[in-house]
Amino acid sequence: MSSQTNSVTSTASQPYKEPFRLSRFARTYGTQLGILGVFFTLWLIFIISAPNTFLAPQIYNAFMSTIPFFAMMAIPLTMVVIAGEMDLCFPSTMAMGMVAFILTYNATTSVALAFIAALLAGILIGWFNGLIVVRFGIPSLVATIGTQFLWRGAVLVLTQGVNGSLIYAKQSFLHPILVGKIGGSFPTQMIWLVAIAILGWVLLNRHKFGAHIYLIGDNVKSAELMGINVGRTRIMAFVLLGLVAAFAGVVTSLHVSFFWPSLGEGYLMRTLASVFLGGTSVFGGTGTILGTFIGAFIIGAIEAATVAVGLTGFWTQFIYGLIIVLSVIMHVYLRKRTE
Amino acid sequence: MEEYRLELRNVSKTFGEVKALEDISFQLGRNEVVGLLGDNGAGKSTLIKLITGYYQPTSGEIYFNGQKVDHLTVPKARELGVETVYQERALAELQTLWRNIFLGRELVNRWGLLDVNTMRLETYRLMTQSMGFTSSAVNPESRVGSFSGGEKQGVAIVRALYFDAEIIILDEPTMGLSLKETAKLVNFVRDIKKAGKSAIFIDHNILHVYNVADRVVVIDRGRVAGQFLTKDINLETLMDKMIRVAETGNLD
Repeated sequence: MSSQTNSVTSTASQPYKEPFRLSRFARTYGTQLGILGVFFTLWLIFIISAPNTFLAPQIYNAFMSTIPFFAMMAIPLTMVVIAGEMDLCFPSTMAMGMVAFILTYNATTSVALAFIAALLAGILIGWFNGLIVVRFGIPSLVATIGTQFLWRGAVLVLTQGVNGSLIYAKQSFLHPILVGKIGGSFPTQMIWLVAIAILGWVLLNRHKFGAHIYLIGDNVKSAELMGINVGRTRIMAFVLLGLVAAFAGVVTSLHVSFFWPSLGEGYLMRTLASVFLGGTSVFGGTGTILGTFIGAFIIGAIEAATVAVGLTGFWTQFIYGLIIVLSVIMHVYLRKRTE
Repeated sequence: MEEYRLELRNVSKTFGEVKALEDISFQLGRNEVVGLLGDNGAGKSTLIKLITGYYQPTSGEIYFNGQKVDHLTVPKARELGVETVYQERALAELQTLWRNIFLGRELVNRWGLLDVNTMRLETYRLMTQSMGFTSSAVNPESRVGSFSGGEKQGVAIVRALYFDAEIIILDEPTMGLSLKETAKLVNFVRDIKKAGKSAIFIDHNILHVYNVADRVVVIDRGRVAGQFLTKDINLETLMDKMIRVAETGNLD
């Protein structure tokens, strides 16, 4: 970008210092404080009603082992939603990435090449989604309903619906890096999730790309008038989600050393729920990585918590729904109050 | 031959079957303020969007400083020194003030990472020195959606000025402004002239345009109906001609 920065050299005559004000802090971080409040309230309820489970470290290791599978994808999905778009294709991307992984491994017996092939497949699928949305002007919700079926269908055709063992990958270098256990208990996929979340935060809040994502979601007309390459930025958001979805597909499959053609199907609603629970607006323009991160952990914990608290598993979905609906109402309320 | 800051030669623009602009020739001199007058739908906004690179002309040529420019895009026009205050203000209302000031031309390092501190500092400086914001409720982290109409216009104008613009285009800048804010705006256009820059000023209010422009160009139904130097014509005659043009499509 060729910004003319000549007048920037004449920096401010008076230094700009912001006095700390609680009201302003609350206004700026309203939705994030809101979701943190929900998080700690729920946690407290869990601890009080099932102290044996929630005061022991095992449950947290279990959470950190399974939540990253979908929480990783929730990070780039947040960007897609902030840009005012939607993507329902990523569960199929997970599976299609693994098909690329298996086909490449069968052809080369190299796990490294197979891993690269999976990531490339993810990038290509994301790019294809973005292209359909941007070049043909099809609403992304509609376009990705289509590609979601398309790639799931491709997975079924290519595998003939057959699932397969990935036991060969267990001895490879990839296994300890992606789904190993540090010190015998701490799951490495949690480190990947944190890394993706931090990278996502930097990209969204401290990079030109993120600035443009927010602007496009907020007011696409002014983004165009101000010379932002709206099409390229939107395609890039879909590519990022494709890449991370393929990565999450590999992580999820290596974790169990097994591939099912239905890989990812259970993650669609959880991932979407994490994003909206975290306070990202479906209308675009607002949303945070921290919110999504917390949202994913709330979603991931509810299932174990309902059982630990003494309710039957049948309650899980009911409680999911209750928390999601209440949180989304809270976010709308907070947004109105802080505007 | 005199070299114009900006020149359009025989420019036409059609949208499907609709001819928005037909065979327009338009010049903007150095240090000249040109007022663009015309009824709704005359093609003023289309003309502006051709100059800013938002639309590409169907036919015709665009020259900057005597140099022909092909495939003018928004970033290219901004590089050539064109800054625009749009009718719709082109602000992102959910975003903070500093993000709006640097919209589309963020200060970044070579990795594309934002220089947030400098942008906040510059925004604060512009706010206090140029925009005249004194309210403590307004700071670089404020969301633009919470501003008044005049404050929003201030943001749009300061943004246009910050980047050393050579040609400043104001598209209906007085829309929705109070009397006091309008007076401020008219002064601001005079300042552009004093600073040795050029401007294109579009407004419904002929009085505002007449007061600040060196020359007025009248556009009617996609064509240039005529142009006058403001020193050669009085306001009454100009108003009569505008009404006649709207009714008959002819100035005389």
